Amino acid sequence: MIWDKTKECMGREEMLALQGERLARTVRLVYHNVPFYRRKMQNMGIGPDDIRGVEDLCKLPFTTKEDIRSNYPFGLLAVPQSEIARIHVSRGIMGKAMPIGYTKQDLAVWSECMARALTMAGVGADDILQIAHGTFAEELGIHGGAEKVGAAVLPISIRNANKLAGILVDFGITAIACTPSYLLYLAETLESGGETDMVKLKTAVCGAELWTERMRKQIEDKLHIRVHDIYGLPEIMEPGMACDCECHAGLHVYEDHFLPEIINPETLRPLADGETGELVFTTITKEGFPLLRYRTRDLTSLTREACACGRTLPRIGRFRGRSDDMLIIRGINVFPSQIEAALSEATGTVPHYRMIVERTENLDTLEVQVEAGEKFFSDEIKEMEKLSCKIGDAIQQTIGLAVKVKLVEPKSIERSMGKAVRVVDRRKLF
Amino acid sequence: MKQLSVFLENRTGRLEDVVTVLRNNGVSILSLSLADTKEFGMLRLLADRPDMAYNALKRNGFSCGLTDVLTVRLADRTGMLQELMAEFSGAGINVEYMYTWPSEGGSGESGAASNMAVVLKTSDMALTEKILAEKFRKFMLDIN
Repeated sequence: MIWDKTKECMGREEMLALQGERLARTVRLVYHNVPFYRRKMQNMGIGPDDIRGVEDLCKLPFTTKEDIRSNYPFGLLAVPQSEIARIHVSRGIMGKAMPIGYTKQDLAVWSECMARALTMAGVGADDILQIAHGTFAEELGIHGGAEKVGAAVLPISIRNANKLAGILVDFGITAIACTPSYLLYLAETLESGGETDMVKLKTAVCGAELWTERMRKQIEDKLHIRVHDIYGLPEIMEPGMACDCECHAGLHVYEDHFLPEIINPETLRPLADGETGELVFTTITKEGFPLLRYRTRDLTSLTREACACGRTLPRIGRFRGRSDDMLIIRGINVFPSQIEAALSEATGTVPHYRMIVERTENLDTLEVQVEAGEKFFSDEIKEMEKLSCKIGDAIQQTIGLAVKVKLVEPKSIERSMGKAVRVVDRRKLF
Repeated sequence: MKQLSVFLENRTGRLEDVVTVLRNNGVSILSLSLADTKEFGMLRLLADRPDMAYNALKRNGFSCGLTDVLTVRLADRTGMLQELMAEFSGAGINVEYMYTWPSEGGSGESGAASNMAVVLKTSDMALTEKILAEKFRKFMLDIN
C-alpha cells in the first residue's frame, strides 16, 4: 500500500519542479525572517532571487549543530511566536535542550509523513498501534500519523517488557513503534515466556538508534513480523523523514519535504548518487524551524534507482557511522565533550577518561572510566565512592542518561600516539 | 604515625606490583589491610620507611597518599577495645577504618599493654588523640 501515490511515485521532472518552487519559498522565508540566514547569505553575496531551483541548492550556506546552538533558544524561528503550535525539545544539541517550534502546518506535514511511513509498514485502519518510545517526543509525531491512517493508538509507554508483553497478548496489538533494541528485548521476553505465538503483532516501525540489517532480520525471525526502519532528526522531525518499504532496500526519503544531499564532509562538495558521504537536509516545507543544508553528520549514500515497491522517492542506504564523534546511546545523542564538561563540573578538572559503550541484553550501556590521580585520591573508600557518584550525577545531568562510573588507576587508560582514545564502542554494529 | 594508602584496580597482579616496588626499594611492611569494593581496592599499610615507599610508588604511577593515623596498643585483657569504642561514641566520633598491627614492645604483663595494637582513622582525629592522651596514654604507640 502506498499512502500518497501522487507524491511518493511522482516523476523526476515534476518532483524537481515542486522541490524548486518549495525551496525558493523556504529561502525567501528564512531570508526575511531569520537574521542568522540573512547575514549568512549576504556574506556569501547571494539573495533569495538567486535560488530558483534545486540546481541552486549548492549556493546556499550550510547549517551545523553549532549554528543551532548559537541561536539558542528561538533565534532560528521563522514565524512569530503566535504561530507556533507546539515546541519539541531536542536534547542532542551540544548538551543544550533546544526548542524546535512547529506551526500547525508543520504538524500536519509530520502527520502526513508518518502516515506514509506507517502505510509502508502495513499499518492501517484495522490495526492497534502501540507506541512504546518511552518518554521521547517521537510519540506525538507517530501518534498524528497513526490517527491519519485510522489505526487505533495505544499511547502507553511501558518500559517493563513483562508488563508490555501481557498487554500485547491481551489487547491483540498488531503494530508497535519503539526503538529496535527495545523490540528485540521484548521479543526475547515473549520468547522466554513462551508467548511468541500468542501475540497478534504483524509489523513494527523502529528508529531513534543505530542498528543493522542483521538485527532487523533477527527481530523479524523471532517475532514472525515485518520490521521497518524509520529515520528522523529531532532538529527537523523525528521520526518520519524517511522509512524503508517492504523491499527493505534503503529508506525512502520524503523529498518533497526534506531535500537530501550527500556531501564530502571534508571539502563540503556534493557527491554523486551512490557515493558515501555526509547526509545533508534542507527542509522545504517547514515554517516554524526551517533549516538550510543541515549537516546531519550521519554517513550514508543515496540512490535513485527504481524501487520494486513502485515509489520514486530516493533511498538512503544503511548508516555507516558519523563524521563527528557523536555517539547515539539508547536514542540519546552523546558527545565526548559533554562528558568532559560534566567531569570538569564535578571535579574542577578534566581527568583522563574513556567511554565504553556496550550492548548487553540489547540495551546500550555507557561506562565512563576516570583515572583517579593524586588530586582525587583519598585513603577513605567512602570519599572515593562519593567522588564516583558525584561524577555519575553530573554526567547524568548533562546527557540525560544514567551511566556507570568506574575509577581506574592513573595511566591505565591507553594513549595512542599521545592522543587519548575517548570512545570504545563495543556494540559491534558494523 | 603515617599510613600509606594505595588505590588499586580490581585487576590480577596489581597487588603484586605494589609489593614488588616496595621490595625493590627495601621497604618492609609492618601491617596492612586490604579493602575491596565493587569497583576497586584500597591497600592501607604501615611501613618502616613510609616516605620512601610513597615516593617509589608515585614514581611507578600509583595513585597513593600518606595519611596520619593513630595507633594504640590493646591491653592484654578482655574489654579494652570496647572501652575505647565507648569513649569514641560518647564523644561523637566515628571510626572510618581500623585494622590491627602486631607490634613488638608489649609489657607481657596481664592487663598491661600487649603486642597487639590497632591502627585508627576517625572522623575527628584531633579529638581522638586528645581522648587517647587523657585516658589511654600508656597504650599510645607514637606520641610524637
